[in-house]
Amino acid sequence: MAVVEAIDLHRTYRTSTGTLRRKWMDVEAVRGVSFEIEKGELFGLLGPNGAGKTTTIKMLITLLIPTSGTARVLGHDVVKDAREVRRRIGYVFGGERGVYERLSGYDNLRYFAELYGVPPKEQKTRIESLLELVGLKGREQERTEGYSRGMKQRLHVARGLLHDPPVVFLDEPTIGLDPVGARELRATIASLVDAGKTVLLTTHYMFEADALCDRIAVINKGQIVAHGTPLDLKRGVAEGTVVEIEVFGMPDGAVERVREIGGVMSASVEEREQAQMLIVQTEPDVELTQVLLSTLDGASVGRISKREPTLEDAYVSLVSSDE
Amino acid sequence: MRTLRLLAFGWWFQFKTISRSPFEGLFQIIYPLFFATVAFLMFRAGTDQKTLLYASLGSAVMGMWSATSTTAGGAMQRERWHGTLEALVASPPHFALILLPITLAMSTIGIYCLVATLAFGRFVFGIQLTVEHPLAFAISIVGTVLSFGALGFLFAVTFVRFRAAWALGNLFEYPVWLIGGFLVPLVLLPEWVRPISWALAPTWGMNAIRESSLGGNPWPDLAFCLALGLGYVTVGVLALERVLGAARKRATLSLT
Repeated sequence: MAVVEAIDLHRTYRTSTGTLRRKWMDVEAVRGVSFEIEKGELFGLLGPNGAGKTTTIKMLITLLIPTSGTARVLGHDVVKDAREVRRRIGYVFGGERGVYERLSGYDNLRYFAELYGVPPKEQKTRIESLLELVGLKGREQERTEGYSRGMKQRLHVARGLLHDPPVVFLDEPTIGLDPVGARELRATIASLVDAGKTVLLTTHYMFEADALCDRIAVINKGQIVAHGTPLDLKRGVAEGTVVEIEVFGMPDGAVERVREIGGVMSASVEEREQAQMLIVQTEPDVELTQVLLSTLDGASVGRISKREPTLEDAYVSLVSSDE
Repeated sequence: MRTLRLLAFGWWFQFKTISRSPFEGLFQIIYPLFFATVAFLMFRAGTDQKTLLYASLGSAVMGMWSATSTTAGGAMQRERWHGTLEALVASPPHFALILLPITLAMSTIGIYCLVATLAFGRFVFGIQLTVEHPLAFAISIVGTVLSFGALGFLFAVTFVRFRAAWALGNLFEYPVWLIGGFLVPLVLLPEWVRPISWALAPTWGMNAIRESSLGGNPWPDLAFCLALGLGYVTVGVLALERVLGAARKRATLSLT
């Protein structure tokens, strides 16, 4: 039996515009998401901002009720057996919110240890070992309002593991962390799987998913557009060539025009200080450099280079294919 | 046993959170003194010490009620702003066991207000606090604090579902002063108001405190006060599952 099962999950938000003449509309954040996570697996849900990652994870941790579809964690339905699910899971949200800022890190952990039913005799040793694990030892008596973003995020991780849950949900845990802090946190995440836990990680960093996950589902606009091992995903788009063109002042609509050129698999733009980098993945054995330059309406062009596709190109291709 | 421990620890944790702000603490003490001053000046026209004591006890309970009614909404709002409301809802215990200690901690702050107001009356206006039945007086205060916390809990259930419901606490602050008979005896109010007064635990808590202080029998009033408090908690617990279900359905838990 899979540890986490999501079956055709849908989630619609109702939102309104206007004050006197209020108009209501439905926004479909998640549209038919299905996946299974096996015991001891680190499963990645990868997608851009607004793709539906957090909504999906909130349905799985019982904070949101799906509009339709079902989900189970360790065999317990997330709607009907919410309390049973809560006992067995830990979750960590990225960001600075979610801590009692007037109290110390230790007090925060004590409170949640009580809420999660950690036996009183075990609380002290459990908290101390977690403080050690997340690198907050020695800072635990300070008020959390003085903690850096990274420290707060590490406190979240400690809180999520207080009751030693078999399943852990991590929602963009490294967002906003400095490179060293993010690397340390990734090492902690890897150690969770070594300890036999099942982990669902959401991220929009391709390299993070690649480095940590056994399997990845790429989610875009509320739907899973690809899933498999990182190697499978790379294979899917490892063909062809990537052309990178440095442009000073990208003309309006140029990217859309590039996407319509025959032989172009995907196209995206990255901001680079003074310039923009147009990144185009083309089909194998197709030479499109001159055609691409002609779509730029005479804009100043700097460096032009070609390379083999990377995993990041695979991700960009997947999330931009239906734009 | 575990439930009691959770309630007690939750109360202590929330009390510690509130007490950590010296500014808010000072505000809770100073704020009721303004109303107490008005009450003392009004009642000073009569020279009867009992009348002044009546006003002193009334304005002290007014402070207690204000501390609960206005801050219960604020507390839930703070949980939303800090992003901790979701963390609390996602934890395993029944949410009533998490919410009740929060409002009880608020009403406990009310004891500060009570002591501050009585001391203010004593030292600034020379009102002697004579307590005929000290034990009954202490028990009445504890019972009143518990019932205020229970009423705050009922309010807080609404605050979980509706973000702007914190304003309800402010809305109820002044009317309860009046219809709870804190300063004006209930017999002076229109008859149609009385059933509303009887449905409010603060009315009975106020009576119990006055009776124990002035030498009457506080126990029936205290029993009504606690019974109503228990009723509020029961209604709140029953409503909570439905309210949380609606909040999870409408995705309002993470909104600030």
